[in-house]
Amino acid sequence: MKLIKYLVIIFFMFNLSFSIAQSKDLKTKIAKNLRCLICQGQSVHDSDSEFANSLKILIEKKIGEGESEKQIYDFFRDKYGEWILYDPIFNKKTYFLWLLPILMFMIGGAIIMKKFFIKK
Amino acid sequence: MKFKFFPITLFIFFIIVFSIFYKGLKNSNIYTPNLGLQKDIPFFEATVFNSNKRVNSDEIFDHDQFYLMNIWASWCAPCREEHPFLMDLKKREKLKIIGLNYKDKKRSAKNFLLELKNPYDLIISDNDGTIAINWGAYGVPETFIIYNRKIIDKIIGPINDNTILKINEILK
Repeated sequence: MKLIKYLVIIFFMFNLSFSIAQSKDLKTKIAKNLRCLICQGQSVHDSDSEFANSLKILIEKKIGEGESEKQIYDFFRDKYGEWILYDPIFNKKTYFLWLLPILMFMIGGAIIMKKFFIKK
Repeated sequence: MKFKFFPITLFIFFIIVFSIFYKGLKNSNIYTPNLGLQKDIPFFEATVFNSNKRVNSDEIFDHDQFYLMNIWASWCAPCREEHPFLMDLKKREKLKIIGLNYKDKKRSAKNFLLELKNPYDLIISDNDGTIAINWGAYGVPETFIIYNRKIIDKIIGPINDNTILKINEILK
């Protein structure tokens, strides 16, 4: 009996999270990945400024026209520059940003190696 | 000698981090996109203000002609500030001024022009703000200087004494 109860709970949990995931459509996803240039520090999705609202309309239009997610990002990058994207691409200005965590991870690993293995 | 390696690298690391952040302190953290210069004007279609006529950008912008494309709205206070400058620029024969009425009510826009006079050779409406985005603009007022269907300069914010000098320089 207990097992069935658990199964039912698990079933509903999965169902719920699935429906939430579906409601987050492409438009929201794109709007969340774009920075609002008027109220810097907010995403376009969170902002209610005139600029952000127009951007949302344009995203919807472009999705309606069948443009892919990447095409839409490229469009905005072309118009406003790299900064509008929350996820910067890998280039010579951003390689430090991308490689720093890996570098730190490697340094940390080296320290641990030194402490625990080489000392012995 | 070997055991000193770690504190020295740590020290150097912190010096580097400190200098990066110290330098960053002096940078402005307000970003203004510096793109869109020397670019072809975007293609768009819009309704002419005060009529139902549709025009596209190829009909508006001719080759071999200077244009000023000014984004304005009646609700925008800095637009009032720059208005005398636009009236002044209207007298230039070399220059045509196109107004992009941004997210505005028709009646208030009409009142705005009645009160302050109309400096524009042509006004087009941008009701949902999407044309302005196509131009890479993000606020009002914003002004683009166009020649040969290319954006040669842009002014973010109202036109003032300094920017009018820049426009004069270009028009020479």
